[in-house]
Amino acid sequence: MTAARWTPVCALQDVVPGTGVCALVDGRQVAVVRVGEGNEVYAIDNFDPFGKAFVLSRGIVGDRQGVPKIASPLYKQSFDLRNGQCLDDAAVRVRAYEVRVRGGRIEVGPEKGAAPA
Amino acid sequence: MVSAGIRPRDELARACQLELGERGGIAVDQRCRTSDPHIYAIGECASYLGRCYGLVAPGYQMARVAAAALTSASEELGTFDMNTKLKLLGVDVASFGDAHALKPGARVLSFTDAVAGTYRKVVISSDRQRLLGGILVGDASGYAQMLALVKSQGLLAPHPEQLILPPAPGGKPAGLGIAALPAAATICSCLNVTKGTICEAITAQKLGTVGAIKSCTKAGTGCGSCMPLLGELLTGELKRAGVAVVNHLCEHFPHSRQELYHLVRVQHVKTFQELIARHGAGAGCEICKPAVASILASAWNDHVLEPKHLPLQDTNDRFLANIQRDGTYSVVPRVPAGEITPDQLIVLGQVAKKFGLYTKITGGQRVDLFGARLEELPSIWAELIAAGFESGHAYGKALRTVKSCVGSTWCRYGVQDSVSFAVRVENRYKGLRSPHKLKSAVSGCARECAEAQGKDFGIIATEKGYNLYLCGNGGMKPQHAQLFATDLDEQTLLRYLDRFLMFYVRTADRLQRTASWFNNLEGGIEYLRAVLIEDSLGICAELEAEMAAHVESYRCEWKAALEDPSKLRQFRTFVNTDERDPGLVYIRQRAQHRPASWEEKNPDAASGA
Repeated sequence: MTAARWTPVCALQDVVPGTGVCALVDGRQVAVVRVGEGNEVYAIDNFDPFGKAFVLSRGIVGDRQGVPKIASPLYKQSFDLRNGQCLDDAAVRVRAYEVRVRGGRIEVGPEKGAAPA
Repeated sequence: MVSAGIRPRDELARACQLELGERGGIAVDQRCRTSDPHIYAIGECASYLGRCYGLVAPGYQMARVAAAALTSASEELGTFDMNTKLKLLGVDVASFGDAHALKPGARVLSFTDAVAGTYRKVVISSDRQRLLGGILVGDASGYAQMLALVKSQGLLAPHPEQLILPPAPGGKPAGLGIAALPAAATICSCLNVTKGTICEAITAQKLGTVGAIKSCTKAGTGCGSCMPLLGELLTGELKRAGVAVVNHLCEHFPHSRQELYHLVRVQHVKTFQELIARHGAGAGCEICKPAVASILASAWNDHVLEPKHLPLQDTNDRFLANIQRDGTYSVVPRVPAGEITPDQLIVLGQVAKKFGLYTKITGGQRVDLFGARLEELPSIWAELIAAGFESGHAYGKALRTVKSCVGSTWCRYGVQDSVSFAVRVENRYKGLRSPHKLKSAVSGCARECAEAQGKDFGIIATEKGYNLYLCGNGGMKPQHAQLFATDLDEQTLLRYLDRFLMFYVRTADRLQRTASWFNNLEGGIEYLRAVLIEDSLGICAELEAEMAAHVESYRCEWKAALEDPSKLRQFRTFVNTDERDPGLVYIRQRAQHRPASWEEKNPDAASGA
């Protein structure tokens, strides 16, 4: 994987632990979500396929049976942060992206494959 | 209202020269085969025995039969389940069993409420012991249980008319108890799942949520009308098994909201992290986080955007504004008692024009400004606060508005100055976070122009003072407030209100309005009087002190946020660019604008869907 495929979006500390922000990456709205106080960061599409609006980054972060998730602020469906799978509707999934923290900055990478990371 | 059937889309079959039914639709046999044995048709386009079925249950049965035929199994169409509950032109309608009393000896009981716009009819056997069928219009809430009663042939309670009569004031709906149904009773008609199957699954597989019941038994995955019954069955089964759950907030806290509130107060817990470490497990979720945030705010009244509280807040509290369907927000400044100066009105107009906001008068005598983007909220509020406005807490489970009529200062009928008192009440309780939103009103005379009896707490002026009404509700399930005390002076009334509000905050469930909290209080209004007037629990001094602490610590949340740049950092659409969200599109309507629907924004996707 080449360095060019990673887009720095913000500093880790720009994201309050346990919340998300939205980044514009190559024209796509990506929800960048920080779980806990450390470096655990996920990136999924910001588009809520149920409410049909770009809002997922503004949902509440938490877990369901240990699975890290974010709940849409519109109608509260939950999405697995690791792979974008909707936890309330097996037929719905949003894109998930590779993401990493380098030198205190969050970088968003290419879309993840179908399998969970 | 007459609504007659559906029109099948059989153009394709016509073009292929398949046989059609007499009244349209693709003719199929008992195995869903069309006149070409290699083609099957199911659902609303199929005509079986000369008739098309516009309901979901026959559709499911056809799908099962067609699937069986494809896998060489043999299954044939039987009689269809024609019981149904649906929304017809916006009206809830249900029809089940022998809806037209065609069985010999069938008797009809019916109740029409032209005011509420409901019609309920049940068909019972001549001995009044069995329910045979019925029709519900306007309010189909009893459908699932009545259908189960028909299918199970269970014995009716002595007064079957209770099935359709509204509950007596303060009473609970009578006549229906899911516990009384036999195991063979069908609970989910769409997927044909019985009470026995569901109860067995709950016990055998240790199911703890309605969601788990749905995935395990498929019950509730069709039309969803049996969902409340699933909840009741779950509660009943868990109780029987001696499992002490039911009122647990969520998987992260084995406690009810009331217990958590108590723990927070008694142990002086100040953060979610501390509470979940001591009394819960996991990372939390969209259920427990806002509930705990509300408890912490009621108890300690920290700013909701403190970094330790920020991740707990629902989007509305997090951005101190109300999210709308397109992801923008609306802004509602406080207008205590609905009293507003011409200058303030002008500022509202100027702000709306400057930021291009759609404006609408709310039901609570305020002005709502719609369509604000995240990054605009601080600038909008800077202007509003400069003009003397404060946060209206329309975004919070908190005191909203104290509505008032104009009262004795102008009105020739008014007996008290309702506006002045409403301003005082609103300013006293503004910012109070509670299990659910709180609405109030003050009327200046018995004509009740402020509609105080439909509020969580309502005040109506008398010649001698004020009458206080508690636990009313408008909204989804309107309920008149109960007369609590009469001819009170302002000071006494506020003391009772302090106690009432803090008692509610202390004891209600998450998202439980005062009306349903009251309906679950053993002892009703007499009990409430004993606790709040006679101090039968010896807690009144405590409740008053808690309210005094709240009043003392009130600050306008928006003013405080604007004074702290670190709290404003999150008010941006994109963390990495100042570009505007290109997904926001608007359409002119009546000299203002509204968000374009998803279909309007994506005409291609919509027509292909």
